[in-house]
Amino acid sequence: MIELKDIHKSYNLDSNPLHVLKGINLSVEEGEMVAIMGASGSGKSTMLNILGMLDESDAGTYTLDNNPIVKLNETKAAQYRNKFLGFVFQSFNLISYKTALENVSLPLYYQGLHRKERQTKAKEQLTKVGLGERTHHIPSELSGGEKQRVAIARALVTNPMVLLADEPTGALDTKTSYELMALLQEINEQGKTIVVITHESDIANMCKRIVYLRDGLIVEDKKIKQKKAKDYVE
Amino acid sequence: MWNRDRWREIFETLRKNKLRASLSSFTIALGIFIFVTLYGFGNGLKNAFQEFFLDDATNTLWIYPAQTTKPFKGFKSRRNIEFKNDDLEDIQTDFSLFVEGVTPRISRGAQVSYNTESNAYTVRAVGPVHQLIEKSLVYAGRYINQIDIEQYSKHAVIGRLVAKDLFKSEDPLGKFVIINDIAFKVVGLFYDQGGDNEERMVYIPYTTQQRLLGGTDRIDQIVLTFRPEIGYNGALQLEANVKRYLKRKHFIDPEDPAGIYVRNVASDLKQNQDFASVLQYIVTFVGMGTLIAGIIGISNIMVYVVRERTKELGIRKAIGATPKSIIGMILHESIFITTIAGYLGLFAGVGTLAMIGDKLEDFFIYNPQIQLGTAIFATFLLIGFGGIAGYIPAKRAARIKPIVALRDE
Repeated sequence: MIELKDIHKSYNLDSNPLHVLKGINLSVEEGEMVAIMGASGSGKSTMLNILGMLDESDAGTYTLDNNPIVKLNETKAAQYRNKFLGFVFQSFNLISYKTALENVSLPLYYQGLHRKERQTKAKEQLTKVGLGERTHHIPSELSGGEKQRVAIARALVTNPMVLLADEPTGALDTKTSYELMALLQEINEQGKTIVVITHESDIANMCKRIVYLRDGLIVEDKKIKQKKAKDYVE
Repeated sequence: MWNRDRWREIFETLRKNKLRASLSSFTIALGIFIFVTLYGFGNGLKNAFQEFFLDDATNTLWIYPAQTTKPFKGFKSRRNIEFKNDDLEDIQTDFSLFVEGVTPRISRGAQVSYNTESNAYTVRAVGPVHQLIEKSLVYAGRYINQIDIEQYSKHAVIGRLVAKDLFKSEDPLGKFVIINDIAFKVVGLFYDQGGDNEERMVYIPYTTQQRLLGGTDRIDQIVLTFRPEIGYNGALQLEANVKRYLKRKHFIDPEDPAGIYVRNVASDLKQNQDFASVLQYIVTFVGMGTLIAGIIGISNIMVYVVRERTKELGIRKAIGATPKSIIGMILHESIFITTIAGYLGLFAGVGTLAMIGDKLEDFFIYNPQIQLGTAIFATFLLIGFGGIAGYIPAKRAARIKPIVALRDE
């Protein structure tokens, strides 16, 4: 599903090139749930940005479901993101003046769906993440866990191939984090490929595979026995 | 692009960002409002100016006979030239293409009395066209007409102050005044904006006066009005032609600088018009300045709006908004706001001008108005620049990478 081959990326900060990714090779199969772990500065966010087509690599190839992702212009990248990917961010990144329902239906708006259809699908998705009753609240009226659920619903509403989560539990307390991970595991069980970036090992252990990053290189890549988040809730 | 969803999206965004929406609408409405009122005041000033300086008709030639200074065709020099009635008729026929009307003027001082009241006034014996030249406003009765001229009628048109002096509160119309022992029936009363002296005039038919002066057909001076369309240069040309024509008719040496004098109001008019157009330039300049200030105001607000929304735009891009749709959305929104606010300002401005009306005449602002075309042009200009002002930051925002936009926090 995801193929990264020899990915390099550097940033020019004050004419001092900073080599962040130094040759990443990674292959993710359909239905996997991968945690990418690493200290800050290890390059994990950069990697996610490249996976998410929010940034471009300097060298190497990236294939997503047999589509080579090279030299995308902005419009094409936007369309690919909309079609193939769902994002979940640490800081939720919901649009503050829109209700949960409107936030979730926004990706469908950019797909050109009709309003009725958008609302039905968004409502359905919100029910799936357990927020069927709170569709008309704006983000400031929701708790952190609820906000992140809205974000997940928004990421999933277009039925993307891959869900990319950047520190999805970073802003949540432990209990809420586990509840959220239980939700992600459930989504994964239904067949969705998920890539989670985290620096917390308990979160990583709830995935099926952990990839360790250090100084821009993958230092370890292992399949693990997944811990069920449900067991830790309550 | 113009689908209902886009509109819904815009209305929703505006409804939920009331401060932003009202701030930018206010700037635009204010800009247009100030432009319209200032421009209207400028026009009012111009109107006031025209009322002051253009009291008399400006498309006139005043022709006076005088003494010659050169001998010509057997006539000696120092000969007194006199105009007669046939000079009037000749000018009327031979210059009919350019001339609107011709009137003689014979001015004499006279004692005018009614009952026991008596006073010395200037009596002008004139033709009907004279009314246009002096811009006399007849407020009761009528002016001297062609029938008066043909029938030598003893009719008089008297100025407002003459009526006040002689008749006090009585209605002068139809009463008889005694002018140098001859009874004249008052047929009309007039105002003149040229001042008190002009309203202490008595007008009578020139033929009547000529008969009273002993059956002569002499004329003191000829006044003619020409078609304004011939313009400044045309007026100068006409002046020269009339002069040459009369000199030939009265056997005056074409080289003689004297013999006939012509005062051409067109040259005065030219100066007046130059002054009026300077005023117009100032008004336009001030208006443009206000518009530019308004445009800068909108640009600032649009830059601010886009900056404030950077994060939101980043989110939209991350979930699939193309750069085109981002630019389209911002542009659509800004044009929508500027249009609504622009027209609000326009109507407020026009309404204010209409309300002021003639209330500021003491401050030399007469009938302040803005031509609808100018106002609409200004509004469209502002809308256009509002669009451009939104487009530039929107384009920049659309180019920002979503990760950059999402990084803050």
